[in-house]
Amino acid sequence: MADSVVDSDVECGINEGDYVVLKRGDVYKSVQVEKSKKIIFEKQWIFLNAAIGELYGSTFEVDTGGKLNIRKPRNTEDDATEAKEAGQDNRHIMDDGKSQKLTRDDIESLKEQGMKGQEIIQQLINNSTTFRDKTEFAQEKYIKKKKKKYESNITILKPTSRILARMYHGREPGKVCHLRYDTLAQMLTLGNIHAGSKIIVFETCAGLVLGSVMERMGGHGSVIQMYPGGGPVRAGMESFGFPSHFHDTLHEFPLCKVNALLSGTLNVDEKETDSANNGQSEEQPAAPSSGSSESQSMEGSTDSAEAKKLEERLKLREQKAQEKRVKMEEKRKRLAAAAALLEGRNADGLVIASRFHPCSLLLGLLKFVAPSRPFVVYCQYREPLIECYTKLREQGGAINLKLTDSWLRHYQVLPNRTHPVLLMSGGGGYLLSGITVSADAATSGAPRKTGEPAAKRIKLD
Amino acid sequence: MSFVEYSDLIQEGDVVIIFLGHDSMMPIKVESGAQTQTRYGAIRHSTDLIGRRFGSKVTCSKGGWVYVLHPTPELWTVNLPHRTQILYTTDIANITLMLDLKPGSVVCESGTGSGSLSHAILRTIAPNGHLHTVEFHAQRAEKAAQEFTDHKVGHLVTVRNQDVCKDGFGVVGVADAVFLDIPSPWEAIMHAKKAFKRRGGRLCSFSPCIEQVQRTCESLLDHGFEEICTLEVLQRVHDVRSVTLTLPDFGPEEGGTVTKLTSDPAPVEVPPTANPSYSSVTCKTTTPPREMAGHTGYLTFATKPRV
Repeated sequence: MADSVVDSDVECGINEGDYVVLKRGDVYKSVQVEKSKKIIFEKQWIFLNAAIGELYGSTFEVDTGGKLNIRKPRNTEDDATEAKEAGQDNRHIMDDGKSQKLTRDDIESLKEQGMKGQEIIQQLINNSTTFRDKTEFAQEKYIKKKKKKYESNITILKPTSRILARMYHGREPGKVCHLRYDTLAQMLTLGNIHAGSKIIVFETCAGLVLGSVMERMGGHGSVIQMYPGGGPVRAGMESFGFPSHFHDTLHEFPLCKVNALLSGTLNVDEKETDSANNGQSEEQPAAPSSGSSESQSMEGSTDSAEAKKLEERLKLREQKAQEKRVKMEEKRKRLAAAAALLEGRNADGLVIASRFHPCSLLLGLLKFVAPSRPFVVYCQYREPLIECYTKLREQGGAINLKLTDSWLRHYQVLPNRTHPVLLMSGGGGYLLSGITVSADAATSGAPRKTGEPAAKRIKLD
Repeated sequence: MSFVEYSDLIQEGDVVIIFLGHDSMMPIKVESGAQTQTRYGAIRHSTDLIGRRFGSKVTCSKGGWVYVLHPTPELWTVNLPHRTQILYTTDIANITLMLDLKPGSVVCESGTGSGSLSHAILRTIAPNGHLHTVEFHAQRAEKAAQEFTDHKVGHLVTVRNQDVCKDGFGVVGVADAVFLDIPSPWEAIMHAKKAFKRRGGRLCSFSPCIEQVQRTCESLLDHGFEEICTLEVLQRVHDVRSVTLTLPDFGPEEGGTVTKLTSDPAPVEVPPTANPSYSSVTCKTTTPPREMAGHTGYLTFATKPRV
């Protein structure tokens, strides 16, 4: 209960430093609110100063030169056009390219005068010779099109999985391996992601999948992000703007140490050699620097100012080394914490969505998952998942394997004009999901396969 | 065991899912002394289940074996006793994402039906959210309430037996999200509007027919809802298999060493077994199901703006 109270307070107003999502029509952009920072959105420069203190979900009109934001009270009546006059069909409408009496220059000068979008649209309608002859539906379509172009209303939203997943898919599908939002939805559900569980995530989707998993866990339980290369990518996760206690539940573990962890050689590595390395790296830069400064100070001892400078530089260097040491120690602690979480091999789920070949990832990381837990692997292509499926079938340890994809179709629903939207996404990637089971302890896989029960199963199929 | 919290060992009173093989499962309630018959023989709860780890293999009396699985809303959906037509996981997944559900969300739902979606909602909003679900059929409402208690999620849900179109959800100003799966959702939009928090939230209506969608959208527009969006999601399950294609025989070639080199698909060519005069190629592929669910329902989403 306390949580939800805090939650509602936080959601009330837009604060400086908040991660928000700008929305114009169907276009989204995620930004952090900063005073006097220029942001480009939909070919417009904007400042978010005026948004600070306003409520989430508010709509703003971007004003011309100053690029300041004015709050626009919500009034539904502003669409009402005066006398309704419309044609029946288009048999007399000719395309002579001269129906609009305003020239491009006229429109530009209207804009420069600072005329509001709505007024420009009215001007366009008044100066269109064919508008009155158009059917009611065509008029509506015309206005809608012009609105999209000249009215620049921006709504500021609180980020959610839904919004960010749609944003990434719309703007930068390459960054999220073309993971479509309905596929992400399947992943979160098939993975049974919920508060209190311990989930392993491996993704190269800019942190979007990680953030979505964290949102569904609500800061309860733990998430272990396995990462390739030098460090985890989390930009997408940051865009969610989670409260700080969410970050306490997030751990990371480098993929390149998985083998060491599995073979039990990691502990020695990180506690002994790693700290030894730390010591060395501290000494190495420290030794020559102290030496050189000594000799320098001996030579130039007459110049006290220079000596002071040197001393300061030395101090700075020492401070930096200290900071580095603290960071290393922090990193080591985090690694140890993540290793401890993984070592139990009792994770409650595994979510993979990456540009890497999923097969070895799945077989390797599945070893950290407890029996009777769901796992889900995303791949943009089907063939690698076919291989995963085959290998898992051979190896055992997983049941209820399903290779799926989904189709997403949007509809335009309007009086007398309801139909599927003309353009739809061709593919949102593929998923392989399943449930882990205990590998047999004593008996090997061979008798299982040839034994009587297996024969029975074959009969079943 | 609980539908919102994993546990390792099976205890008396738990619901477990018995996995019998490809697409064949059954839910059972664990009671000491009880027995469950499967086609592989009997499972004795006291010895075969209680104290065992979820995910382990259990040998039945006839020597056959099954896996015992921890219940999840997804497994429950394919195993639950139907009292109505139900929502399946593909739609549920999209509803959950598009309604912005997360721990702490307060959700209003109607009708409860067989509780397929309800379990998924409860899983997502636990431990501090709440579900207010309304079912006008007394027996179904009672049965659902009983199930929620059995599944140890009773504290997260309130079941009300009333007509949502007439009496609403029984709560006002509390919801982050509202879900409607009723024959005439447009009659409940007014009540849905009242159920939302001041800061608004998200609404979803599920309808199989486009005429229902049409009326619902009109009503949503009339009541000031925004971002109205109708979509449909279909899931395809791909059947993974090896297929063997026979290579055509063009007869003996004359001096054909050059062409043979270029056209030889070396790694996949399989020596002919059945018919020595033909060779064949085997490849791993997937086949689409012969029949699949082509339509479940249209999902209409909307945002209730702040008051």
